[in-house]
Amino acid sequence: MKLLIKGGRVLDPANDIDGVMDILIKDNKIDEVKENIPEDGCTVIDASGKIVCPGFIDMHVHLREPGFEYKEDIASGTRAAAAGGFTTVCCMPNTDPVIDNAAIANFVKERAAKSGVVNVLPIGCITKQQAGSELSEMAELVAAGCVAVSDDGKPVKDAGIMRNAMEYAKMFDLPVLSHCEEHSLVLDGQMHEGYYSTLYGFKGIPAAAEELMVNREIILAELTGAHAHICHASTRGSMDLIRDAKARGIDVTCEVTPHHLLLTDEIVGSYDTDTKVNPPLRSEEHLSALLEGLQDGTVDCIATDHAPHHWESKDCEYNLASNGISGLETAAAVIMDGLVSKGLLDIELMVELFTVGPADVLGIDKGTLDIGADADITILDPKTTKVVDPAKFYSKGKNTPFKGRTLKGWPWMTIVNGKIVANEGRIVEE
Amino acid sequence: MKLEHRKDLLGIRDMSREELELILDTAVPMKDIIRRDVKKVPALRGKAMVTVFYENSTRTRTSFEIAGKYLSADTVNLAVSTSSVQKGESLRDTIKTIEVMGFDLMVIRHSMTGTPHYAARNTRMRVINAGDGTNEHPTQALLDMYSIREKKGTLEGLKVAIVGDILHSRVARSNIYGLSKFGCEVRVVGPSTLIPPEVEKLGVKSYYSLDQALDGVDVINVLRIQKERQQSGLFPSLDEYANLYMLSPDRLRRAKEDVLVLHPGPMNRGVEISSQLADGVQSIINEQVTNGVAVRMALLFLMMGGSRDEITN
Repeated sequence: MKLLIKGGRVLDPANDIDGVMDILIKDNKIDEVKENIPEDGCTVIDASGKIVCPGFIDMHVHLREPGFEYKEDIASGTRAAAAGGFTTVCCMPNTDPVIDNAAIANFVKERAAKSGVVNVLPIGCITKQQAGSELSEMAELVAAGCVAVSDDGKPVKDAGIMRNAMEYAKMFDLPVLSHCEEHSLVLDGQMHEGYYSTLYGFKGIPAAAEELMVNREIILAELTGAHAHICHASTRGSMDLIRDAKARGIDVTCEVTPHHLLLTDEIVGSYDTDTKVNPPLRSEEHLSALLEGLQDGTVDCIATDHAPHHWESKDCEYNLASNGISGLETAAAVIMDGLVSKGLLDIELMVELFTVGPADVLGIDKGTLDIGADADITILDPKTTKVVDPAKFYSKGKNTPFKGRTLKGWPWMTIVNGKIVANEGRIVEE
Repeated sequence: MKLEHRKDLLGIRDMSREELELILDTAVPMKDIIRRDVKKVPALRGKAMVTVFYENSTRTRTSFEIAGKYLSADTVNLAVSTSSVQKGESLRDTIKTIEVMGFDLMVIRHSMTGTPHYAARNTRMRVINAGDGTNEHPTQALLDMYSIREKKGTLEGLKVAIVGDILHSRVARSNIYGLSKFGCEVRVVGPSTLIPPEVEKLGVKSYYSLDQALDGVDVINVLRIQKERQQSGLFPSLDEYANLYMLSPDRLRRAKEDVLVLHPGPMNRGVEISSQLADGVQSIINEQVTNGVAVRMALLFLMMGGSRDEITN
């Protein structure tokens, strides 16, 4: 079967392509990218007025399976991804049991093959049980298809263990993903420390809690020569540290989330637990620093940190509420509406940050429209306007502070491995 | 004018000066009722209110309860430590259970910021915040403002110093928000570890030196220092705290001669305030308690449908 995507603006940053062209998909691979490909024998998709890109990659999601299927599972989470324009997601290992061995990594992959609709690449633990003491069997995890290691929400406290983890991961060219948080500066902090924490009467979490550990990871990456990747960098200080480290040739990369780019700590005053996330929503000065980081190449990619929760763990006292935002279904629209349409970010750079950016961080063969590549394609419609309605989410997690917002510019079609999995925001079931 | 348009009273921060004035004005005749031989008016007959305290309290809970009773409302206290909360019931379920018993109004205190706001969103009952975490304690600020206004005749232009643990104090926040709306100059003073970040943006002046902060002030509001703050490393010892910040008669020299001394209670005598001062002529600490009943009567009355005209004519 041949699929022809006709007349869209094709944007492929990795190949420096930007123009109205057609894409021919044959045997689930990209066969041709050029102007005026004849239609004969093809199923034709009219993409005029749309933006056709390599499939979006989200390198930081929580699919919750196994163990927390009441929050999300691979079937629902990958549908959320497809609806949000993502063709590949990397799932964090904080499941139950955690992904610290090949058996669980294989389980995730098998479930993804059976019930998922997008590519799922597991991330393994840095340490067994995410306990921060013994290294996990990384060779085995790599063999099972893990593309990175991370202890995610339980950052490795012991610098000596982290040093060993980086030294060891280096053997496999495995990026070490770090959620940077110095716990003694956080404790029971609920929101970013600053004017608004004072105004709203919450215990604050200083930016320094993140920056201290960003600094540690950079220093350890320099010491070991390993690739350290900073998850959800959210502060001006983190941007400065990473920019400086890159300039010094240290192998450090980072991601930022849509919510840290677009939302400030001011909205916590609603006492709405959907605003509770870790790292916390920051103040205006940090937002502008993240945007500068996008512009000058300090930031490698945008990732959602998709963290679906059961409604009960958000429908409670603020202090007791779980951290996290269900982000897959709004990420592209939030960036299109909040940054691209306001002239704060070029569409070319946005596409790069969602495609070849994360692919390069992970060292995976995706994120481009190379001839012969897997036909993973995301088509955006810059004109669609929709209200964010969590009730319509495919994700089981309805927790989003973007609820009720009207956003312009949405994913229009998601093609995974040559197959249309989402059309106009709705999943195309077989 | 009534307060009926306002379903809940969650904080001073989002109230107008007019609303605050209405409550303070209504508290004046309420205070007369407390002094009567027969301390009961039928204003809230047939209304039911419940106090739900997730944190210990002596004066605030009792004050709300007796305020309701003086106005003939049926008042009930939910003893949280013996209730099904101890069996793991969620706050949402507790609130719903109370609501369906028919209560008109709930007074809630909770150790976590924003909990009264959460409760208010989830019930048709009126909700009064009796203190939430480190956020607000609106009725304490109302009674403080009432007490100051009663003695000074006005709040306009007064210099008020708030002394102690500003960072964790809901009394401080509510007072800052309230007094600022009346044109007071508010100063906060305490050890640097207990002054919140960017506090000046709230429109206050902040000091580490008690003597500087007290220079020329009309009112001093002394906060209770909690011993666990020392244990969590915020200051070295109660002795050092007392040496730097304890209010005593000789530290009042730089304040105005007719300075008023307030304390929300309960006091740690010899730590944040000396006994001599607590029991001295400048202290209005006991009157604050009486005024607390009066402002809570005013608030309950106005929120549950009363009009100020009904009690002044």
